Amino acid sequence: MHSDAFDRYHHGHSPIHSLDPRVKVLVTIAFILSNALLPDGAWIAFGLAWAFVLIANAISGLGIGFTLRRSFIAFPFALAAITVLFSIPGEPVSSFRFALWDFTITDAGMLRFVSIVIRSWLSVQLAILLVAVTEFPKIVHALRHLRVPAIITIIISFLYRYLFVLADEVMRLMRARQARSATVAGQGGGGSVAWRARVAGHMAGQLFLRSYERSDRVYNAMLSRGYKGELMTIHPHHFHDADWLAGLLSFASLILMQIAGRL
Amino acid sequence: MHYSPVPLHIPDGFLSLIVSLICWAITAITLSAAVSRTNRSLGEKQVPLMGVMAAFIFAAQMINFPVAGGTSGHLLGGALAAITLGPWAGMLVMTAVIAVQALLFQDGGLLVMGANILNMGLVTAAIGYGLYRGVSGASRTAKLTVAGIAAWLSVMAGALLTSLQLWLSGTSQLQVVIPAMLVTHALIGIGETLITVAALAFILQTRPDLLDEKSPSARGSRGWVAAGILISLVVVLLSPFASANPDGLERVAGDLGFLSTGQSAPFKIIPDYAVPFLGSTPLSTILAGAIGVLVLIALVFIASRSLQKKA
Repeated sequence: MHSDAFDRYHHGHSPIHSLDPRVKVLVTIAFILSNALLPDGAWIAFGLAWAFVLIANAISGLGIGFTLRRSFIAFPFALAAITVLFSIPGEPVSSFRFALWDFTITDAGMLRFVSIVIRSWLSVQLAILLVAVTEFPKIVHALRHLRVPAIITIIISFLYRYLFVLADEVMRLMRARQARSATVAGQGGGGSVAWRARVAGHMAGQLFLRSYERSDRVYNAMLSRGYKGELMTIHPHHFHDADWLAGLLSFASLILMQIAGRL
Repeated sequence: MHYSPVPLHIPDGFLSLIVSLICWAITAITLSAAVSRTNRSLGEKQVPLMGVMAAFIFAAQMINFPVAGGTSGHLLGGALAAITLGPWAGMLVMTAVIAVQALLFQDGGLLVMGANILNMGLVTAAIGYGLYRGVSGASRTAKLTVAGIAAWLSVMAGALLTSLQLWLSGTSQLQVVIPAMLVTHALIGIGETLITVAALAFILQTRPDLLDEKSPSARGSRGWVAAGILISLVVVLLSPFASANPDGLERVAGDLGFLSTGQSAPFKIIPDYAVPFLGSTPLSTILAGAIGVLVLIALVFIASRSLQKKA
């Protein structure tokens, strides 16, 4: 499997691509934090936040609607918030009968629900943009600079490196299972659910052993290349004027959003 | 390529700031203990091992088996990781998996990542390892049985914690979210149990040395047994209470001051749940839960169908 199937990095030479990854990670986290701080129904501030996302999209050269197309991933989770439509007391907006109950949507409930969904939708868009304009190893490196413990960032680096290898391994296991699972058209496939689960479990066990043995070989290969318990990089990061400027401008706009949200 | 999101990954925006930060604090404290323990007790050889094992958990979550009507069971892996790698290493591995899912796939948010790690990585590992450690000298059957129960409980614990966090954030209504989440995850947990037991049986058969008394998985202290049993007891006792009597839980939270902290926080109001369409009888609670489950099942069904078409 090619890494493109997983990795959402897009090659490019935009000003955002070339920013220091620390600035991009910090601005993304601050943006999400700022959304969480905005009160319900702060429409002007939500609009400003969306404008921020759109401008960032435009500067990145990926197209102004780039993150919009991928931003619906969190929408199924909106189901978890659906009960606030009915549960917050307020002026009734609409009511309907379903089975035995009368449902009444209140204006306060609607306000809260829409605000939750908008916050989530804005936050996920900037996170999408972050991985689209920053190579994943650089994000991990930025996390290391931001004081995430070395062992966690190293595990994440290994996870990223072997993700594609083991995903291929899983694909082979699943293809092998499929190849041996012939079914007559119109009839169900073989075995009970428990039997199918056991097959899946054996595949997981098989994958575990293959991964375990692979990690031995990986370690030996690393030792032979001079591994001393720490990963090195040949891309040291430096803050340039552009990084300071982008960071300051972003934080200024976030403060503006907070003020707009509280007027 | 089918990468199927698991309903436990909370996206940004669904938890209030205060709940997100409290969860981050608990997660950070636990993880710093895990980091200092692993740094002290593990050789440098364990680092590549944990890294590749994190990739293993990620890949193993892609293995699924058809259940019925287009739905499928698959693995979360928290209990399996802790049983095979030991508790601290299991927690670090699960943390890496959840972090990559959030960073690379936007499956789960960044500000709420602390909550996601707590629900799916830390609690699952503590239950999985704690219960399994309790039977470390016992027979193969006892080990596998306990591992299966631990796997099921770990999923239930994750679901319970997620529901409580959503409720404390004022996102979901306790009366609906608890029964809906618990019933759905009781089913998801069965898939987790079956895969975990079968995987462990396979490993015990082919490489018993990886799971014997000298392996890293047997090295955790006896304190884990107490921790695992304690968390399991909380899940076992709290779940029926919360499903049958959510008002009681709300009152307890009020008495303990959780709700008031939520309310006095400047950015969050926890609404007083008035239920216009449901009485407070147990029957209506069960019905509400059942509707929630039906909606969730329908959603999972539609999602899995559309994912299959793409694949």
